[in-house]
Amino acid sequence: MSSHQSWAYTDIVKDHFMNPRNILRDDDYQDDGKGIVGNIQCGDEMLVVIKVDKENETIADCKWRTYGCASAIASTSVMSELVIGLPLHEAFNIGPKQIASALGQLPENKIHCSVLGDKALRAAINDYYLRSGQAGKVVKEVARIVCTCMNVTDHEIEEAVLDGARTFLELQEQTKISTVCGKCKDEAQQLLKDYVKKHFAPE
Amino acid sequence: MTMTQRHVYLDHNSTTPLHPEVIKTMKDGMDYFGNPSSMHAFGRQAKGFVNEARERIATFIGALPEEIIFTGSGSEANNTVLSILGCTATHCSCDREHKPRIVTTTIEHPCILETSKCLTGQGTGIVYIDVDSYGKIDMDALREAVTEETGLVSVMMANNEIGTLQDIRAIARIAHEKGAHFHTDAVQAFGKIPINVHDLGVDFLTVSAHKIYGPKGVGALYVRRGVHFCPMIHGGHQERGRRAGTENTLGIMGMGKAVEMRALEMDEESLRMQTLKQALKTGIEERIPDVWFNGHPTDSLSSTLNVSFDGAEGESILLYLDLEGIAVSTGSACASGSLEPSHVLLATGMPVERAHGSIRMSLGRENTMNDIDYVLDKLPRVIDRIREMSTVYGRK
Repeated sequence: MSSHQSWAYTDIVKDHFMNPRNILRDDDYQDDGKGIVGNIQCGDEMLVVIKVDKENETIADCKWRTYGCASAIASTSVMSELVIGLPLHEAFNIGPKQIASALGQLPENKIHCSVLGDKALRAAINDYYLRSGQAGKVVKEVARIVCTCMNVTDHEIEEAVLDGARTFLELQEQTKISTVCGKCKDEAQQLLKDYVKKHFAPE
Repeated sequence: MTMTQRHVYLDHNSTTPLHPEVIKTMKDGMDYFGNPSSMHAFGRQAKGFVNEARERIATFIGALPEEIIFTGSGSEANNTVLSILGCTATHCSCDREHKPRIVTTTIEHPCILETSKCLTGQGTGIVYIDVDSYGKIDMDALREAVTEETGLVSVMMANNEIGTLQDIRAIARIAHEKGAHFHTDAVQAFGKIPINVHDLGVDFLTVSAHKIYGPKGVGALYVRRGVHFCPMIHGGHQERGRRAGTENTLGIMGMGKAVEMRALEMDEESLRMQTLKQALKTGIEERIPDVWFNGHPTDSLSSTLNVSFDGAEGESILLYLDLEGIAVSTGSACASGSLEPSHVLLATGMPVERAHGSIRMSLGRENTMNDIDYVLDKLPRVIDRIREMSTVYGRK
């Protein structure tokens, strides 16, 4: 039986799924920064820990644990390889797009599984800044309310796009945005376009 | 993977391989191309094959041949039954004054739940009966929900995900006491447990061929004689005007043969399935900590085992097992690409995180005790491996 044909993911995803790199096995790992994001109830939870080369402000080591599907496991695994050796500020800017492309792409409905890895990494980097007395460097991801009637933020629009919303109607179904006064419609449509471009436009 | 890798198929509730006898029948059947509606010899011959299959299916469930309508699938049969209540065809013999209320359950197959949703849009009221932690429906709630306004009660005989069986006879009686018709989706139960439509007192019953080693693309609907029926697919006079479209003669022949073989093998096979399932269950319990078995412990299909593993996500389990040649399915959201895990598992009151970590193993006639041993050898390692990288299992 030629099972490889029916494998839903690329060979790189399969490789990282079968042989995950940099799993955190040591319960007494001395990390410099730690980030945990997601929620087991949503089906994905990721923990990322880093060691920092303090002289150069680069990531000396990155380990992780993931509760989640094959995409989630492979995404965290490939991300850990991508960021080791990177300056903190560069690692901070790694996004789902770079992760997906390092994996040779993910099925579109699986993109949302790959967004937690880099989120956890950013949390770990912020944690390092806090712990090392550099609170000024912490970059907070502050959500901005776009739809004041239904209290929908730009982050929620981005999440909806990652969960599959492509049209304004789909975005409304998921977030209820712009379903009352309609004043935010133009802005919401622009943000939808921007986020689709950010996460799904080819490089 | 090597070419010689072992394959163990444990997804028979999804679909089954063709029975060798069905393959023979269908190969031979390819020579007969006649249209059963034609009056000439070619047509009469095809009609003969279709009617032979119809008789076999009817006999198998204690029905009359004219009470069996062939459809393109179990989903079509289920859609057909629900569509009767939504019939708006101006030329239909129905009075279009159907009682505007359907009572069904929270654990039905999507082809009932989604169709119900569509009917809600057309003004039909739908009541969903809850189930307990084993997947058994709340009979008191059912008694309360079925009123003089209820046109149809639809409850599945065996659940596809957890295997739980319902007390169909008692449910049919409750429906009939209030003058409602009763339909059961018997796709998963058909060919696995004995079914007699009179004994159960059902008005409509749905079955499918590909779950019992028959071909895909063919199902059947039992409609009790005298019960009002409106067709969903309009056109020619096939199936006595109840389902238009030239019959899938080859598929129907295959289905007839599949039913004939089930009639011969079912009793013995279901005992054998019970033994295999018990060995699988005991083996998992002995080898893997923190597991939960889902569904009813006794009132359940003897071939379905649904199990949850703490700290392991279902799609990962499925894919690691796939790499070992073992085919299972999962109630995890991630496998389907949606965000919600199985509606059936959630309906039993299971915590969401446990539903994410569940797999279904459904056994079939080609499985042996060697297969079970193989699974019991591989599964503990797969679960260990996933738990080792999990954020939530065995952590401080």
